[in-house]
Amino acid sequence: MHVRKIGLFDIINTAIMLGILIIMLYPMLNVLSVSFSGVTKLGLGLLPQSFTLKNYQIVFNNKALWIGFSNTLVRVGLGVFSTLIITLLMAYPLSKKALPFKKVITFFVVFTMFFNGGLIPNYIVVRSLGLIDSRLALILPRLVDTFALIVMRNFLMTIPDSLEEAAKIDGASYFTILFKIIVPISIPIIATVVLWTAVWHWNSWFDAMIYIQSQSKQVLQLILRRIVIEGTASAMSLSMDDANTVANPDMIKATTIIVSTLPIVCSYPFLQKYFVKGIIVGSVKE
Amino acid sequence: MKQTLLHTKKLHYKSLKGYEQLLLMLVPGILYYIIFHYVPIYGIIIAFKNFSFRRGFLGSPWVGLAHFRLMFDNPSFYEVFGNTLVLGLLKLVIGFPIPILFAILINEIRFTKIKKTVQTVSYLPHFLSWIVLGGMFFQIFSIYGPINEIIRFFGGEPIRFMTEPKPFRIVLVSTYVWKSMGWNSIVYLAAITGISPELYEAAMIDGANRFQRMWRITLPSLTPVITVMLILAAGQIIKDDFDQIFNLYNPAVYETADVISTYVYRQGLEMMNYSYAAAVDLFKNIIALVFVFGTNRVAKSMNEYGIW
Repeated sequence: MHVRKIGLFDIINTAIMLGILIIMLYPMLNVLSVSFSGVTKLGLGLLPQSFTLKNYQIVFNNKALWIGFSNTLVRVGLGVFSTLIITLLMAYPLSKKALPFKKVITFFVVFTMFFNGGLIPNYIVVRSLGLIDSRLALILPRLVDTFALIVMRNFLMTIPDSLEEAAKIDGASYFTILFKIIVPISIPIIATVVLWTAVWHWNSWFDAMIYIQSQSKQVLQLILRRIVIEGTASAMSLSMDDANTVANPDMIKATTIIVSTLPIVCSYPFLQKYFVKGIIVGSVKE
Repeated sequence: MKQTLLHTKKLHYKSLKGYEQLLLMLVPGILYYIIFHYVPIYGIIIAFKNFSFRRGFLGSPWVGLAHFRLMFDNPSFYEVFGNTLVLGLLKLVIGFPIPILFAILINEIRFTKIKKTVQTVSYLPHFLSWIVLGGMFFQIFSIYGPINEIIRFFGGEPIRFMTEPKPFRIVLVSTYVWKSMGWNSIVYLAAITGISPELYEAAMIDGANRFQRMWRITLPSLTPVITVMLILAAGQIIKDDFDQIFNLYNPAVYETADVISTYVYRQGLEMMNYSYAAAVDLFKNIIALVFVFGTNRVAKSMNEYGIW
């Protein structure tokens, strides 16, 4: 039994942790506070100055932001679905010990983790396929994430063959076995891969920046980038009237950050364990 | 057992019978890897050609090593290359030990609520894009922002973090640590959980205090994980973080912040020097590969822990 006595070490250690907590939270709470401020916030305090909801009113009226939201949702949905199917279809055969060419195919896949064509050849391939300004350009180039594939395969390797044997004797095809037997017992790892892929798609912007031209197809992160990083007034959809009343675009930037990040921050605490599980599974040496 | 293994092995060289369905399942994935990974790898040949979209990978004329000569004659290439190494090293030296320390300290926290809260909060930034974080940190590091407020409070001169080359390095390294510290500690925390409690009990009977236990048991038990993570991290030195730098930098800080990936992007996709940019990128990718294999070798020669 450990001796449960709180010593000097515990006090210092707890203080360090609280310090870290403050450092982690401060930048986020600061943005939150600015988003509710009516005037430029000065000082270290985290309370909004001249509390107002006007910033939210302006941001909610920004049509581009809502277009971005819906495009990102479409992207996440399509991306997650296609990635999951193709990853399962690859991971399952590769988890079979006696699969012919297994070594060659595994090497073929893993090699891409260490060497790739780089930005320019990838761009040329996507453009040559005629995918410029197509939503497919946001999904196909990252259809399979090799790391997720390996994690999935490692999980499937731990499923005993005996589970499939009865079905095999009944004449079930491997496709039936995969979707009727394997998938239901692999829900934890599937959840992890789904969440990884969803977050990846939610946060992606570079591919949209180089491949997507139409405003109507633009994703949330890129619209956010125009507002927050490039500070484009037109992207903030400030009318002349708004531009006059809003003293400082910082407040609009902060509000836009809050609105577009809220979905992730709210769902994150409930989903966190799947992410953590995934990274632990993934870090176990094969 | 051994016999059946041998038996199946013999069988699968003879025929693919029974495996047609499984091999069929692999087809879409393999096509994906060919089109989106191996065709671009083949496309690297444009580094030795003058690429134009009209002529394609195959039809563009060969120019030999012309782009590499151009690269080595170009002072801005050296600047970019140096920045990449400096930032990579800074991030490694500062960013690598912190998650280990953080994991060890978190593990020693006895109040479960504090422990859980710190963990949850510290993992969160991993899920936020650099665009969101960029927006947050522009305010934090601005001339009237909280950091400069503190500097003023202690009587210092405010620093233009975002527009002065040297202070901008601080921004890059500290925001990197802020974003990745929690997430990178997960692996170590998992490894610490795996340490046998008997070791600690034996040490306590021998009269070891908290620090001795951390130093003599926790840290040595983590060595294999630390080695593997160090190999991976060292291999990343030259793979700069495009998302971070591209969203935080501006021409005023190119002197210290422009790195290979941002340079390749601007050269290739903004100025459309496709072949030249591909040559620079290829050079980086080869060095990165050498780094990963090199560090793995070193680790293997020191102890038995390697990544493969």
